[in-house]
Amino acid sequence: MSHQISENVILQANHLVKCYSQRSGRFGFGSSQVKALDDVSISLKAGSTLAVVGESGSGKSTLARCLLQLHPFDSGEVIFEGQDLAKLQGPALRNVRKYLQMVFQDPFASLNPRMKVGEIVGEGLLIHGMGSAAEQKQKMLQMLLRVGLSADDALKYPHQFSGGQRQRIGIARALVLNPKVVVCDEPVSALDVSVQAQILLLLKELQQEMGLSYIFISHDLRVVRHVADEIIVMHKGKIVEQGAVEAIYNAPQQIYTQQLLSAIPGRKVA
Amino acid sequence: MSEILKIANLSITPHNAPNRLLVNNVSLTLSAGKTTCIVGESGSGKSLTALSIMNLLSKQLQASGNIVFQGQDITKLDEKSLQSIRGAKIGMIFQEPMTSLNPVLTVGFQIGESLTAHLGLKGQALKDKIAALLTQVGIPAERANSYPDELSGGQRQRVMIAMSIACEPALLIADEPTTALDVTVQAQILQLLDALKTRMNMAMLFITHDFGVVADIADDVIVMFRGEIVETGSKKEVLTKPKHPYTKALLACVPDAEGKKQLKPIDYAWLKDGLKDDKATA
Repeated sequence: MSHQISENVILQANHLVKCYSQRSGRFGFGSSQVKALDDVSISLKAGSTLAVVGESGSGKSTLARCLLQLHPFDSGEVIFEGQDLAKLQGPALRNVRKYLQMVFQDPFASLNPRMKVGEIVGEGLLIHGMGSAAEQKQKMLQMLLRVGLSADDALKYPHQFSGGQRQRIGIARALVLNPKVVVCDEPVSALDVSVQAQILLLLKELQQEMGLSYIFISHDLRVVRHVADEIIVMHKGKIVEQGAVEAIYNAPQQIYTQQLLSAIPGRKVA
Repeated sequence: MSEILKIANLSITPHNAPNRLLVNNVSLTLSAGKTTCIVGESGSGKSLTALSIMNLLSKQLQASGNIVFQGQDITKLDEKSLQSIRGAKIGMIFQEPMTSLNPVLTVGFQIGESLTAHLGLKGQALKDKIAALLTQVGIPAERANSYPDELSGGQRQRVMIAMSIACEPALLIADEPTTALDVTVQAQILQLLDALKTRMNMAMLFITHDFGVVADIADDVIVMFRGEIVETGSKKEVLTKPKHPYTKALLACVPDAEGKKQLKPIDYAWLKDGLKDDKATA
């Protein structure tokens, strides 16, 4: 089966639907359905950054997880390099996964505290059997240096690092496999503004060097303005507006987008 | 313009490491009807400064210096006299509304606690006052019977605000009250706090790390870095004409909504030299 996909689109999702059932009513005996994703379609152009913005509960993290097949979805398809990921299983899915990586929000919860940084970053190479042990180590060390850590850091544990450094470890772990698409789920929202600027610049440099395509999930519209090429605005599981950054920020069409933009703090001064 | 709180030479150190200054010689003055924002990165000492006002510091920390509230040095008061000030004359709002509310008590009961303790309100008078407070912060009065988990994050923060203003305090301390909230809710809460401050002529000490929030709510700004105040001034002075190299560097990290600015991370090594130069010229 072949899928219609335009030339430079690297990842495309069509009509994704994901429902959660929720206990409701008296004593939680009833149940009701919450549509976390309601007919969501996106396409990510190669080498570009697509930002997904929305408030908590809008479905943006669910979308990220469904794209990477970390959550099963109810219906729809996710097409990467001509294959529908939802139809892949086992080794075939694992093989594709090395091209699709994720950087998580919480740099404290997403790194195994019992593993050394070198093991965390090198684990993907090991699992995917990429190169000999020596090559893997070489690659892991190169990646650590690239994200601004040192070779000595490979022997340390995550708790020995600050929040910003941990996020660098998370980025190294995702990028060591030479992925094509990286989903960043609120990668800077747990960080101080000075560290946030460092990480944003690092992500941008790496994108240019490695030709990465980013899906950037964020609730911070100021950050999004700096990193995104295109934007999707989500509200209650639906896409309410999408388009190029300039267009959305300068002339938002939907009332919800206008509300979001006018709520950005600090528009009065500066 | 009346002075509500004056902190002079406040220093905070851990008991077991008296040379480690977590807060170093901080002095500031808060006036009625004015909002003063303390901005800084994590670890800059902004929350410790706020907590020390109410003597809520951890037992492992030791504070020195004077804190004069309405003409009275409150560092010399015993716990009982402090209790009559806490919640009555000084209100406080914390960052995480879920962890600061008791999950097994209705929000009405929790708002009522300080009214009974400080003002001796009971019965119908208490109920009326709780209803009035809830209405004032934009929550329907019948929500008094709800439990915290039945409310959204923004509503919980409104309940926290109702609790903190229940006894009409002269000073309201807000420690990152909107950090955990969505932007649209944040905008509403900031508006509410600003309106209450004006109506009740409170002094407000607002702690945040977000310069956007500062721009929206502050009259005066204090910038803290590694336990020290590096710059103070009016909002306009600090945001548009920062003097200190750290303030300049911190402002250069803040992404703007127009996306025109080139982000520049702080170079701490350079900053250290910059600080030295600064002291040399001063």
